[in-house]
Amino acid sequence: MRTFILGRAWTARQWVMSAVTGVLVAAALAWSAGSIDLSLTELVRGTPYMVDLVSRMMPPNWDFLPRLARPVFETVQLAVWGTLLAIALALPLCFLGARNLSPSPLVFHATRQLFNAARGINEIIFALIFVAAVGLGPFAGVLALTIHGAGMLGKFFAEAIEEADPRPVEGLRATGASPLQVIVFAVLPQALPGWIAATLYRLEVNLRAATILGMVGAGGIGFELYSSLKLFQYEDTAVCVLVILAMVMTADYLSSKLRAKILAP
Amino acid sequence: MIEVRGLSKRYGTLVALDAVSLDVAAGEMVIVLGPSGAGKSTLLRCINRLVQPDAGEVRIAGEAPPRDRDGLRHLRAQVGMIFQDHNLVPRLSVLKNVLTGRLSHMPVWSSVLQLFGEEDLRIAHECLRRVQLDDRAWSRANRLSGGQQQRVGIARALAQQPHAILADEPVASLDPQTARVILDDLRRASRELGIAVLCNLHQVGYAMEFADRIVGIHAGAVVFDASPKALDEASLARIYPGLESADLREDEAA
Repeated sequence: MRTFILGRAWTARQWVMSAVTGVLVAAALAWSAGSIDLSLTELVRGTPYMVDLVSRMMPPNWDFLPRLARPVFETVQLAVWGTLLAIALALPLCFLGARNLSPSPLVFHATRQLFNAARGINEIIFALIFVAAVGLGPFAGVLALTIHGAGMLGKFFAEAIEEADPRPVEGLRATGASPLQVIVFAVLPQALPGWIAATLYRLEVNLRAATILGMVGAGGIGFELYSSLKLFQYEDTAVCVLVILAMVMTADYLSSKLRAKILAP
Repeated sequence: MIEVRGLSKRYGTLVALDAVSLDVAAGEMVIVLGPSGAGKSTLLRCINRLVQPDAGEVRIAGEAPPRDRDGLRHLRAQVGMIFQDHNLVPRLSVLKNVLTGRLSHMPVWSSVLQLFGEEDLRIAHECLRRVQLDDRAWSRANRLSGGQQQRVGIARALAQQPHAILADEPVASLDPQTARVILDDLRRASRELGIAVLCNLHQVGYAMEFADRIVGIHAGAVVFDASPKALDEASLARIYPGLESADLREDEAA
């Protein structure tokens, strides 16, 4: 005889409740799978077309590569400037959004909600809005990355401040240092590694986001990818996809190297 | 020279400090003994107002600074503090940690720009020499051993060129040998520089060894205030009711 133990021992009532919950969840999942047309048969039926598409991408048209040089640079520039401007917005606001430094709970909550709103809306949606406002081109993309990134960095920056050990802060207050001096000498040195890590991560995210901004006309390599697909130039599409892959992998590699170096205790 | 008169502090219904009065002369090292929760830490924190006392007066070098923000900073500038966990900034260099003891003497703009005056640097190096750590000036503070970090804590307090130093269980997390080095550094600095030192300890043996005078606290009130020689069994029983003195002397046998 074996006894099934998962966490606490369950009573008969808990077994029944769990079974009912399980059946309900399964039913809900089955229903939603139907509404989004989840279908294995469709997948099987579509497989030859996918194989056909991939075969048409072969061999990649490497002659297309030189034409991607400018879009690649533009993508990196978008990511870098999107990150820099996001820092510029997040840096002054993060102090207001950190529980331990915020002047009042009201300011704290208002700032955090502002970050959430900026972060909660996808870059592509912001890009669509800014394309409508400032016109097609990379500037709309930079603005989209800036707003979304400021929300994310603001939250991460504020959390890094909150995680600072309060003991050095007390140590400096006890010397008679002014509040600004306490922030500069006790809080910032503790928050800085977290800020740099968040910034590097945001740079990676921005690079990935910048590769698709072009699809809504907001600059970067995404435009080439999208138009090659529309023109059925699948050999060109293959080159775009491979170049994007190389960019993202390079960024991940560099940023993880840098992060390890900076976060060493 | 610290003069404390009628210092009181309550947390709700708990009386943490009950009209405590005591004096520490320049160059004197007074050690405060008492069980955990007796109010030792609250006493020190009420003196430099890291905790706001409910009543009472504190004079440093004969001066009771006004209770506004400038008065508070002026008070703290004259009173160094040493903490159980040293409270250094881990990622800053040893030298910069010591220089933070100079912040109250520096213009805010130049300190924020990390510009330090020649005089401040000279004082910082001198304080590091005092605790024999000048050769580690450029190490990161958290790369030092516990005892070395506490000596940096002492150097930071000395860099304030204070009239008084408050030490809150400065050797609680250190081995006996290191603890003696720390307490010795503290007493030497006190005597040579004429600083009034008020130091909380929970080891009776160290108190007997290093104190010029011992103040015993129980339940927020002073129950003993005399030289170490006068600390007999009866006085110990007043400070630590219900404890055998053999238990108290055990942990410094090492």
